[in-house]
Amino acid sequence: MSIFEYNGSALVAMVGKNCFAIASDRRLGVQLQTIATDFQRISKIHDKLFIGLSGLATDAQTLYQRLVFRHKLYQLREERDMKPETFASLVSALLYEKRFGPYFCQPVIAGLGDGDKPFICTMDSIGAKELAKDFVVAGTASESLYGACESMFKPDMEAEELFETISQALLSSVDRDCLSGWGGHVYVVTPTEVKERILKGRMD
Amino acid sequence: MECVFGLVGNGFAIVVADTSAVHSILVHKSNEDKIMLLDSHKLIAASGEPGDRVQFTEYIQKNVALYQFRNGIPLTTPAAANFTRGELATALRKNPYFVNVLLAGYDKETGPSLYYIDYIATMHKVDKGAFGYGSYFSLAMMDRHYHSGMTVEEAIDLVDKCIMEIRSRLVVAPPNFVIKIVDKEGARQHAWRESVKDAPVPAA
Repeated sequence: MSIFEYNGSALVAMVGKNCFAIASDRRLGVQLQTIATDFQRISKIHDKLFIGLSGLATDAQTLYQRLVFRHKLYQLREERDMKPETFASLVSALLYEKRFGPYFCQPVIAGLGDGDKPFICTMDSIGAKELAKDFVVAGTASESLYGACESMFKPDMEAEELFETISQALLSSVDRDCLSGWGGHVYVVTPTEVKERILKGRMD
Repeated sequence: MECVFGLVGNGFAIVVADTSAVHSILVHKSNEDKIMLLDSHKLIAASGEPGDRVQFTEYIQKNVALYQFRNGIPLTTPAAANFTRGELATALRKNPYFVNVLLAGYDKETGPSLYYIDYIATMHKVDKGAFGYGSYFSLAMMDRHYHSGMTVEEAIDLVDKCIMEIRSRLVVAPPNFVIKIVDKEGARQHAWRESVKDAPVPAA
């Protein structure tokens, strides 16, 4: 039993036309037992930057608190929000700091950068960044997610179509993974608004 | 094996713990109180390594009291829960506490709340939670019969159902349980459920 599979998680982020979507499942489990079906895996750093943390829930919570702390300090010093590319480098650095005693998390970062250009990336538990132009996935359902996203993704989708695509990809993938599921949480972010939606899928 | 469970009702939260102090095959005592009063309106029900359980919960209790002395106002339940999680998380990679905690509290502004905190510092606000082998029975019972806004009588009825299930289906079922409740009047012991009475200790 891998430590990354202790709590169970599924995360996916996709790029659309001047927008992005980031989605997660809602299960919090302890190996075979389900503890909660309303666990928040995606957190807002600022209005145009979201981070989802898959893997061990305790490390995800600790890491999130550290990142919010660092971002707030950055905001005080720079008097502006962090760009997604900068934030991704920060997360990577924080993870590599613990190279020989790592946080057991895989982050998925999604944001709107300069000129509201969508940016997504993921990294492994020691901070190896993977930038992608289309989609990134993480969690126990990642293999199913890769397949679902690869077949369903089209470039330059508008917000509504992107929402449909990411939702279908998430729900169909978590249905094949016993450790993730119990619904979905989708954020679709455009330069003007953030739409948060809860999905009802197979509740098992 | 230690059974701890709890639920949130209409304006109150209930936590139940077994009262056996066990060392390998020997039962030292059957009236060990595992639910500590953190302050006037908070309860902490703990299960796990016996020395860690007592040391850790006392440490949290004294720090909650210290905050009140220093600042003149008591901690809110989410603040106490986050403090507890922080202590567990800090100790996790140095000298971990093997203690699972259910923290129940009542705040004037927000009402009753229950926090599930794992021994590896996974924290989640829940309506019903349980730890130990008994959780397989009590969670299932609560999933079936729980609804939000239960009265005290309904909740005690559900607690009794869970205890009956644990007693009949768990092979090393603990004989006695203590039930504590926290509502706007404060945190207090509600009842015992005893099927084995310890011989009283003669006075010196």
